[in-house]
Amino acid sequence: MSKRGEQPTVPKADFRSYYGMPVLNQPTWKAPDIPGYFFLGGLAGASSVLAAGAEITGRRTLATAGKLGALGAITASAGALIHDLGRPERFLNMLRVFKPSSPLSMGSWLLAAYGPAAGVAAATAVTGLFPVSGRVATMWAAALGPAVTTYTAALVSDTAVPAWHEAYPEMPFIFAGSAASAAGGLGLIAASLAQNAPAQGFGLFGAALELSAATRMERRLGILAEPYRQKSAGVLMKVAKGLTAAGALGATLVAGRSRAAAAVSGAALLAGSACMRFGIFEGGIASSKDPKYTVTPQRERLASMDHGQAPGSHSQPAGN
Amino acid sequence: MAAVDVAISRREEGRDPARFSGHGDHPPRVGFFTDTSVCIGCKACEVACKEWNLVPEDGLKLTGMSYDNSQTLGASTWRHVAFIEQNKPMKQGPRADLAAAGTDLRWLMSSDVCKHCTHAACLDVCPTGSLFRTEFGTVVVQADICNGCGYCVSACPYGVIDLREGDGRAWKCTLCYDRLGEGMEPACAMACPTDSIQFGELDELRQRAQARVETLHADGVSEARLYGENPSDGVGGTGAFFLLLDEPEVYGLPPDPVVTTRDLPSMWRHAAAAAVTLVAGAVFSFVGRR
Repeated sequence: MSKRGEQPTVPKADFRSYYGMPVLNQPTWKAPDIPGYFFLGGLAGASSVLAAGAEITGRRTLATAGKLGALGAITASAGALIHDLGRPERFLNMLRVFKPSSPLSMGSWLLAAYGPAAGVAAATAVTGLFPVSGRVATMWAAALGPAVTTYTAALVSDTAVPAWHEAYPEMPFIFAGSAASAAGGLGLIAASLAQNAPAQGFGLFGAALELSAATRMERRLGILAEPYRQKSAGVLMKVAKGLTAAGALGATLVAGRSRAAAAVSGAALLAGSACMRFGIFEGGIASSKDPKYTVTPQRERLASMDHGQAPGSHSQPAGN
Repeated sequence: MAAVDVAISRREEGRDPARFSGHGDHPPRVGFFTDTSVCIGCKACEVACKEWNLVPEDGLKLTGMSYDNSQTLGASTWRHVAFIEQNKPMKQGPRADLAAAGTDLRWLMSSDVCKHCTHAACLDVCPTGSLFRTEFGTVVVQADICNGCGYCVSACPYGVIDLREGDGRAWKCTLCYDRLGEGMEPACAMACPTDSIQFGELDELRQRAQARVETLHADGVSEARLYGENPSDGVGGTGAFFLLLDEPEVYGLPPDPVVTTRDLPSMWRHAAAAAVTLVAGAVFSFVGRR
C-alpha cells in the first residue's frame, strides 16, 4: 500500500533463473562429519576453559572431566574433518601454508597448537605426573579454547552459501554459546553435586547466548531465514532450541539438588548444542540449492545501489 | 589496522593479480571474452576442452532443457553451453524491422566457464595452497596438492569448481595453462567456429567488448550488456567475461557476485568478540559460587 508518488521498496518476490537450477555448486561437506566437527570442536574449546576455571578454584573432578572431554572431543573433531576430505591421507597438506585469508588454514594451525596441549592437560590430570607441565598445558589450552569455539563460525560464513555468509555477524555468538552450553552440559554429567555449580552457570550462560544470537540472526536475515525454518533444518533448529531451553532450565533449577537431574539437564544441553550445529549446517545447504536465495538478495542489493546512485529518483515533489 | 591492510592488499590485487601473488616479471594478464550474441550452440568448446584436458565423462542424460545436456559447470565439465528459448524478438527499437521475419522465438546460447576472478574466493580460502595464481593472472588447481577439503566449492560465487566423485579432488578450468606456456590459445577458443569465445590480453579484450556492445546497441539489440568486465564489481572484475543478451540469472549466473573474503576481516572481529564473550561467561560462572 504505497502512497502515491512513492515507489515500492519491496522488490517483486519472483526471480529469474536458468531452469530453476542452483547458481552455486552445493557444498561437498557432509553430515555428520562437518556439523560434528563444529559441535565437537566447540565442546572441546569451551571444556578447556571450564577445566582451567575448575582447576584454579580447586574443583578436581570438574577439572578432570573438562580436560578429558576436551581431549576426546578435539580428537573426534579432527577425525571428522579428516574423514570428510576427498583425500584423507593428504590431511597434513593443511600445514603446507599459513594463510590468513583461509579460516580453515588458520583453524588447522590453531588445532595444531591446541590439540597437543589438550592431550598433555588430560594425561597429566589422569596420571598425576608432571603437575607443572599439566598446569601450563591446562592454561595454554584454555587460552586457545575460546578461539577453537569460534573460528569455525568464520569458516562456515566465509563461503558463497547465502544463509551462512549473510549470518556472519551472529554466527560466532551462536557457536560460542552452543559450545559453552555443551561444555556446561558435559560438566553437569561428569562432576559431583558439590562441584557442578560452575557447570550450571556456564550451561545457562551458553544457552542464553546461543538462543539469543540465533533469534537475532533469524530476525535480521529476512528471506534467508527461510531455509533455517523449513524441512530438516527447521526441525533441527526447533529441537535444538527446545532441548537447550529445557537443559538450561534444568541446570538452573534442579541440577544442584539431584545427580540424576544434573545428568539429564547436561544431556539436554549437549544434544541441543549438537542439533543447533546440524540445523545451521542443513539450513546453509538448503540455501545453496535454491537459486532464489542467491539471486533475490543480490537483486535487492543492486536495486538499493541504483537508488543510492540516483538520489531523488524516488522522492517526487508533492502533488506528483 | 588489519582491515586497512586488507583493503590495501585488495587494491593491489585488483591492479595486478599476478604481481600481487609474487610473479615479479610476468606476461600480460589474459582471459576470455565470450560474445554470446554470436554463439551458435555447437558445443565445440565443450568437446575441445574435454579432449585437450582429458576431462572424464560427466554423466549422459537428456534433460529437456532445450539442447543443454551438460547442465552446469563442475569437476568434469569446464565449459558448459547454456540454451534458453524465449518468445521474444531479438531486436527492439527503431531498427526492429531488421529482425528476421516470421518468428518471435529467440534462442540464447552462452558458453560458460571459470571466471578466473581478480579477487578469487576459491584461491583465498584454499588451506593447502593447491589453488594458485599463475603468471598469466589465471587461477589453477594443483591436483598433486589438493586434499579435497571442498572449501573452494562452498566459496565460489559462480558454482564453477567442484570435487570429482571417485577422485576426491577439486577440478576446474585451467584456462589451458599448459597451452599458454607454449604461446598457444586455449582449446575452447581455438575450436570456436564463430569467435564467440575470444582469447587474448584482458585489457584489449575489454576494449573490444565495449566496441561490440556499442555496435549491438546501435543495431537495435538494446538488451546487450557486458558481465564481469567491470574491475569495480564484487570480484574485482573477471578474467573471463561475457556479452549477454538478458539478465545474468537467466543464464544461471549470479547478478551481483561478491568475493566472500571481502567480509573476512569483519568475520574475524565478530569471532574475536564472541570468544571474549565466552571467557566473560566462564568468569561469571565461577565468581560468587562455592
